[in-house]
Amino acid sequence: MLTHLPVLQVIVPLMAAPLCLFLTRSRLVWLFALMVSGLAFLISALLLQQVMTSGIIIYELGGWDAPWGIEYRIDHLNAFLLLIISSVSTVVLLAADTSIQKEIPAEKHSYFYILYLLSLAGMLGIVATGDAFNVFVFLEISSLSAYALIALGKDRRALWAAYQYLIMGTIGATFILIGIGLMYQMTGTLNMHDLSIRLPEVAHTRTVFTAFAFVIVGICLKLALFPLHLWLPNAYAYAPSIVTAFFAATATKVAIYLLIRFTFSVFGLSFSFTALPLHILFLVLGLSGIFAASIAAIYQKNVKHLFAYSSIAQIGYMIVGFSVSTTTGLMATLLHLFNHALMKSALFLALGAVMYRIGSVQLSQFQGLGRQMPITMAAIVIGGLSLIGVPLTVGFVSKWYLILAVIESGWWPVALLILLGSLLAVVYVWRIVEMAYFRPPLTSNENIKEAPFSLLVPIWILVMANIYFGIDTRLSIEVAQAASQSLFGVNP
Amino acid sequence: MESLIDIVLLAFLVGIAFAIVWMKDLLAVIMLLGIYGLLSASFFVAMDAVDVAFTEASVGAGISTLLMLVTIAMTGRSEHPVRHKPFLALAVVIITGSLLIYGTLDMPYFGSAQAPVHQHVAPRYINDSIEEVGVPNIVTSVLASYRAFDTFGEVVVIFTAGMGVLALLSVVRRPKNTTGDKARDIAKIDLINDSMHEQHLVLRIVTKMLIPFIFLYAFYVQFHGDYGPGGGFQAGVIFASAIFLYAMLFGMSTARRVINQSFIQLLAAIGVLLYGSVGVVSLLNGKNFFDYSALSVDPIAGQHLGILLIELGVGCTVASVMVIIFFSFADRKDNGQNLESNGIENNLKENNKK
Amino acid sequence: MLMGLYNYWIVVVLMMVGFYIVIAHGNLIKKIVGLSIFQTSVFIFYISMAKVDGGTAPILADGITQYSNPLPHVLILTAIVVGIATTALGLALAVRIKETYGSIEEEEIQKKDNLDC
Repeated sequence: MLTHLPVLQVIVPLMAAPLCLFLTRSRLVWLFALMVSGLAFLISALLLQQVMTSGIIIYELGGWDAPWGIEYRIDHLNAFLLLIISSVSTVVLLAADTSIQKEIPAEKHSYFYILYLLSLAGMLGIVATGDAFNVFVFLEISSLSAYALIALGKDRRALWAAYQYLIMGTIGATFILIGIGLMYQMTGTLNMHDLSIRLPEVAHTRTVFTAFAFVIVGICLKLALFPLHLWLPNAYAYAPSIVTAFFAATATKVAIYLLIRFTFSVFGLSFSFTALPLHILFLVLGLSGIFAASIAAIYQKNVKHLFAYSSIAQIGYMIVGFSVSTTTGLMATLLHLFNHALMKSALFLALGAVMYRIGSVQLSQFQGLGRQMPITMAAIVIGGLSLIGVPLTVGFVSKWYLILAVIESGWWPVALLILLGSLLAVVYVWRIVEMAYFRPPLTSNENIKEAPFSLLVPIWILVMANIYFGIDTRLSIEVAQAASQSLFGVNP
Repeated sequence: MESLIDIVLLAFLVGIAFAIVWMKDLLAVIMLLGIYGLLSASFFVAMDAVDVAFTEASVGAGISTLLMLVTIAMTGRSEHPVRHKPFLALAVVIITGSLLIYGTLDMPYFGSAQAPVHQHVAPRYINDSIEEVGVPNIVTSVLASYRAFDTFGEVVVIFTAGMGVLALLSVVRRPKNTTGDKARDIAKIDLINDSMHEQHLVLRIVTKMLIPFIFLYAFYVQFHGDYGPGGGFQAGVIFASAIFLYAMLFGMSTARRVINQSFIQLLAAIGVLLYGSVGVVSLLNGKNFFDYSALSVDPIAGQHLGILLIELGVGCTVASVMVIIFFSFADRKDNGQNLESNGIENNLKENNKK
Repeated sequence: MLMGLYNYWIVVVLMMVGFYIVIAHGNLIKKIVGLSIFQTSVFIFYISMAKVDGGTAPILADGITQYSNPLPHVLILTAIVVGIATTALGLALAVRIKETYGSIEEEEIQKKDNLDC
């Protein structure tokens, strides 16, 4: 069975989703979904271990050899992403049963879990596959379920946010489809590995240039890269808390993965960074994203909005690392991808706990919460510190490598700008801390108690991970380094 | 001759697309979109893509038109004029369009047999699929065997859409225990039925006679996909369209009595599971996922069996999801609005009290 | 060159008309119509590249040697399904938005949202 792990990774959640319809009680569906996600996590851990010891795993679906059939191709990068997605999904699901009681009407709970599993399977499928068109199919599975999940938020603005996301997401996906079509037209193949072999022959054509531009723009839409980020803040702010925690940690990461996969593996480093001025383009977009979004975050009244803008800023850091395009730069991006998943899932889950008790995450409602919900607020503080990049948290590790990478390339001013960006994070995190610890509780919130145990456990699992991986960096750094080196090794 | 058809059809499409931009009446826009779908289906026939044409005709001209019509029945049919001048949008469109035109300049010419698309991967499908898969319709063998996993993804996409629409639109149905309510309901249905009967007597009788034939045709398309255009997806849509027809002429409540909501959901799930379990059986037999040769001693017989089963799964899911989607929209139209919004608020209030 | 690229240029025009409707129009239904046109034009692009002069539909028959390429057909079958799935979900959202906001015009919805904040 071990040889079938790559496909099991995707089809276990994929086939579990329809099975949920056979379970009658929503508590059972939750347990089932949790088990399935846990199993996916186990599989991804085994896969990562296999890849680390014995290199790339190739799995031919239907027994047809690529490029005629579809293949799964798991290397360090995929395995790392699979692990991030499935682990965050599992921890977040732990909290789901309690959290959605207050946010989603009871008769929709089963649909919630079905869509959640579909979304998980879709993202795992995007990451695992080695076929460009298969990426599109699974992208749509994850996106369609994402639109529906976001629309389940109880505020009516969730519907509008979901609609806007649907339009932007579909435009993005269609751009990617156009790009894939153009690539196929010039090479006659859809397999990514095969594409990377055949594209250089036609790399000088205007058609391939257009294909590249469309794929990149399409991915950047999905990525919410500044200035294409407009759909993200509302989508994250009004979605049910569980959905926000899951997507903030995974959805944009999958888009970053696609960006790396297409630029480094499919088009090849030398083509990607010469066809378009990606170095400077992404550096500028990344930095402006950091500043514009961080400043916007400072002025938000809704804490979910605040962290949503902060997510856009964090995407900026990843893009800066990407634009350096050295092994260290890419490694910093991958590390930040992992670390940001840990921070944001912890933070949004903690906001879910606040939502559970107060029914709102307006900043004004946070007054005095430091005393009323000390354990939840402590989690938010640690998550915030990690977001700033304070030593002993994961945020420090990735910022450290990012600055290292920038300095290695001699971009001194950029390093300063990154530090300045972190100062902005101090400001918006401080606003929450000030509200929660230095103000008396609101009279309307007098009877608020600490969040229930079933929410605190998953929150603190993630918070502890933030601290643990900030101190013991062996696993994350080793994997990120291996992934980054293998990407450069394939296309020197 | 062929190129003349090509030029004319495409020119029509452009004309319709521009008309859609200017029209403000959404009903007209939707009817034009239906024509657009039908014309592109005709274009696909001219391009030898018969399977695609079949699907586009049933989806682009059929289902999506129907769904949009039901929607505007709820949302109103006129569009507000665009007030601000959309210069930014025009600029974006012109830049994107110019980039695409720039990209076409190095493309292999239309119809050229030397184009890379016809050289690398495709020849194996055309030359060897009959020995490897044993099905004359090459599209079916690629769809159901070489790239079976894509098609599995496609079925899951449709399933996702069904679940998403249910999550958004399903109406809270409180069980009605009091006999009075029930009796009144039935009386109401009878009343509607009677009035419809008088209005649409001919339509209803003709439909009743037509429906069995539509089902028969759906089955033909389902099982003949190996030899000609067709397959599970098209069959599913045709099957569902017979049910739509019934629902439209005999009323939603009558249709509801024929088709049970939770049963149809299970059917949608069973389709996906049937498809997936074919792959699981290959896994258990020690072959790769969706390797149909594991299903039988003779690899070709295995391929046939595999394709039959997965097409059945596709048909089952597509038909049920189409019915689910249509029923959700139509139900919403009949009695959705008030029920739903009150339902959510009450529910949340109850939960918050706990 | 005109005939060789005619199909592709028409496709570009159709794509851009669809794209324009999506981004410039404020009516939610119209946007979905635009999305539909946009996607359908991509289908036309894929199917055009599959055509071989003198070829026939890719269903094996005696006495025929030249077939059009079946692979884009398969891809587009999948893409059509994705298209209808997106349309259905988009319309469902539009219906809910109409119910809660009382409008399906972008400007009005945005205005009501700004009041909420």
